[in-house]
Amino acid sequence: MREEKQSRPVVLAVSSSGGHWVQMLRVSPAFRGAEVHYVTTDRSAAHQVKADHFHTIIDANKDTPIRLTICALKLIWLVASVRPDAVVSTGAAGGYLAIRIARLFGARTMFIDSIANARELSMSARLSLKVADRVLCQWPRVAETTGTEYRGAVI
Amino acid sequence: MIFATIGTQLPFDRMLASLDTWAARNSSLPIVAQVGATSRRFQHLQTVTAIPQSEFRHYMQAARLVVAHAGMGTILSAAELGKPLIIMPRLAKFGEHRNDHQQHTSHEMSRLSHVTVVANGEELHMALDRVVARGFATPPKMATEADACAPLLEALREFVWASHSVPAHTARRPVRSST
Repeated sequence: MREEKQSRPVVLAVSSSGGHWVQMLRVSPAFRGAEVHYVTTDRSAAHQVKADHFHTIIDANKDTPIRLTICALKLIWLVASVRPDAVVSTGAAGGYLAIRIARLFGARTMFIDSIANARELSMSARLSLKVADRVLCQWPRVAETTGTEYRGAVI
Repeated sequence: MIFATIGTQLPFDRMLASLDTWAARNSSLPIVAQVGATSRRFQHLQTVTAIPQSEFRHYMQAARLVVAHAGMGTILSAAELGKPLIIMPRLAKFGEHRNDHQQHTSHEMSRLSHVTVVANGEELHMALDRVVARGFATPPKMATEADACAPLLEALREFVWASHSVPAHTARRPVRSST
């Protein structure tokens, strides 16, 4: 039998602000009992989670390469210092980067694509398919054709 | 109070301009609008550029009606609070978003009891008139709870605890949150 750790898992929960963050809040009950580090792009969201650990990253996307680099550097530092067992992201670009980085440190990784993507996967989800252990999609029809998993939705 | 929000990213003047026109002939109804980074002025709206999360929640709670772009953050928040919601999807052809996924979102979300989808300014005016005529009737409470649906939470919980033995007190029932 595989050796199991007795301590509680360390989770890095990474999301952009807006809808991505609202969806992270909706899945956060699943983290109960774990040590959770929330990472998002909006400092004002800190009061919404009863977490001991709250970090911010700069908002970036594929059209802002400099910001993306700054974001990646902060994420490297966060992953290296937090050493999460599991990384969960609800998007977008920052979440994908966190997953890519966390893989190098041996963490389990899961990307949950936004429920906003009812017809096709987001670019972050498509990129995550190549690196994440699990990519979940919130629409069964999209999951069927993209090699992602459907395990229900946030609503 | 009617609360209008266009989210945290690109401007969405098409929706706001239409709302402003409507507000001009419905001046007894105050409208607070989060307008984002726009250079336009909306004479009949009380505007804020960007707002912190706590204030966003405050406006959402205070509103009798929410008018918004088809962003999932707003749609989910309105569902949680049981607020009637009118959404107008952003369109890529007007440079309002990178793609047309908001149209797809709107199409799927139009099934929710609290959501009315409008395609353009004219439809927005009609939808607003209807809501006012109905006296801002609140939609029946959503069937959703505050939490995400159970299968997704279960999948996530399993994933998080995959290499750890689940402590006895969390194995069968959710732990009380440490308030």
